[in-house]
Amino acid sequence: MLNRTQQDKVLLGAIWASASITILFLLWVMWHILSNGLSHVSWEFITGAYTRIGEASGIWAMIVSTVYMVGLSLSIAAPIGIMTAIYLTEYAKPGSKIVKVIRFCTESLAGIPSIVYGLFGMTFFVTTLGLGFSILAGSLTLSMLILPVIIRTTEEALMAVPISYREGGYALGATKIYTIWRLILPSAMPGIITSIILSIGRVIGESAPVFLTAGMVTQIPESVLESGRTLTVHLYKLTQELFTQSEWDQAYATATILIVLVLALNLATKIITNRYNKVSH
Amino acid sequence: MNKLTINNLDLFYGENHALKDISLNIPNRKVTALIGPSGCGKSTLLRTLNRMNDLVENVKITGDVHFDGEDIYQQSDVKALRKRVGMVFQKANPFPMSIFENVAFGLKAQGVKSTEEIKAVVEESLRSAALWDEVKDRLDSDAFGLSGGQQQRLCIARAIAMEPEVILMDEPTSALDPIATHKIEELMDELRKKFTIVIVTHSMNQAKRIADKTAFFWMGELVEHGETDQIFNNPIDTRTQGYVSGEFG
Repeated sequence: MLNRTQQDKVLLGAIWASASITILFLLWVMWHILSNGLSHVSWEFITGAYTRIGEASGIWAMIVSTVYMVGLSLSIAAPIGIMTAIYLTEYAKPGSKIVKVIRFCTESLAGIPSIVYGLFGMTFFVTTLGLGFSILAGSLTLSMLILPVIIRTTEEALMAVPISYREGGYALGATKIYTIWRLILPSAMPGIITSIILSIGRVIGESAPVFLTAGMVTQIPESVLESGRTLTVHLYKLTQELFTQSEWDQAYATATILIVLVLALNLATKIITNRYNKVSH
Repeated sequence: MNKLTINNLDLFYGENHALKDISLNIPNRKVTALIGPSGCGKSTLLRTLNRMNDLVENVKITGDVHFDGEDIYQQSDVKALRKRVGMVFQKANPFPMSIFENVAFGLKAQGVKSTEEIKAVVEESLRSAALWDEVKDRLDSDAFGLSGGQQQRLCIARAIAMEPEVILMDEPTSALDPIATHKIEELMDELRKKFTIVIVTHSMNQAKRIADKTAFFWMGELVEHGETDQIFNNPIDTRTQGYVSGEFG
């Protein structure tokens, strides 16, 4: 039997080991990708065109498609999500039936595997609505995917705004909508921005629902009704046919770009949350 | 002349009978203090005067409150009422914006567009709240950078900017040190010339120092009200006697 001090030491050791493993894993994955990919990232790789047969392997078209996908998904999901959150926190009676229904819906939406969204998007947006494999069909599908994230995080940001601001606004004779628009929303803005950045990460990270709805055409889409291949879908495609060294190099280089993007997004989230904590004491 | 007349007011929070048959006159351009132990209903009464209780769920109010002869619970325009009856809260609640924008908030909410007019009102309000000299060089800096007492005076300036007739103050100095408290009390002495002030306070000394009239509440009832001198020196009711002499409360 271990005595008290020995038990403490074992527990402490386990805690330290767990924390170290987490950090080591992250560093290991990053080192693995970056060491294999970074040397193959070049200006030409980033801005060049891509051809199937292999004479050109640039990813510019994929970067553009990714940007379109992020921009369009957010312009659909962010307004709907933010307004739903405003309804839930500022207008709906707490604990009322409608709040429970909406909450149940968003939680269920969040739990559905993304491939299921892909299947739905392919049948509904691509076929039934006749949008074809397109950036628009992909964005509509992804906006359903990120909607729960935006609603949830915006709700939390709004609920964190002190009641005293609302009382202060109303006590000055300001209308509810003015108080929300000019006082509550600006106060919650850092939290809302964080939720949007998290959603950007989600859009960038998805592959299955994207190629099922937006297709995989490797050209720069000229409109949102054209197909496009996002970076993650591109990486997925590359890993399907890894025969030559240069194909491996392309895959790692694409993965490097993705990792750098995600790290940059996480950093942005950190900076914004830090500033927020400073302002709100 | 009475600015506010409260007649047979009863207030329920759900089952809880928080105010019992209150009738009280609030004289124009005087300071009226509401005193009594915690939970006696004095803050609740204050919040019926600008209908802030409307924001609380399950509140039922019977009886009436007349403001310049008009029943405020029959009016539908709560915003207009709150413009005429300003409020200062227990804990200073500056908004997360600049000092200037804090004072300008209410004006902009009313749709005032003229920059000149807003500037003039902001300066005048800050002067009336005895804050102008301390902040005139940093109007654009964050209101959270002010001290607690300055923040509370900023909130008073914000209320004054709406040119209210009545200012309600809910324990405005309970979170402040004695020096900041003294400044606010001095300010109230100035303000009473222009405004009708109703203040809830836990400090009997504060009520003695600043109030013309005092009303003593006990478990949702208005026990006794009258001239401040009389309430503290010759209380009629034994409960008032006990409270003002410090025996309980």
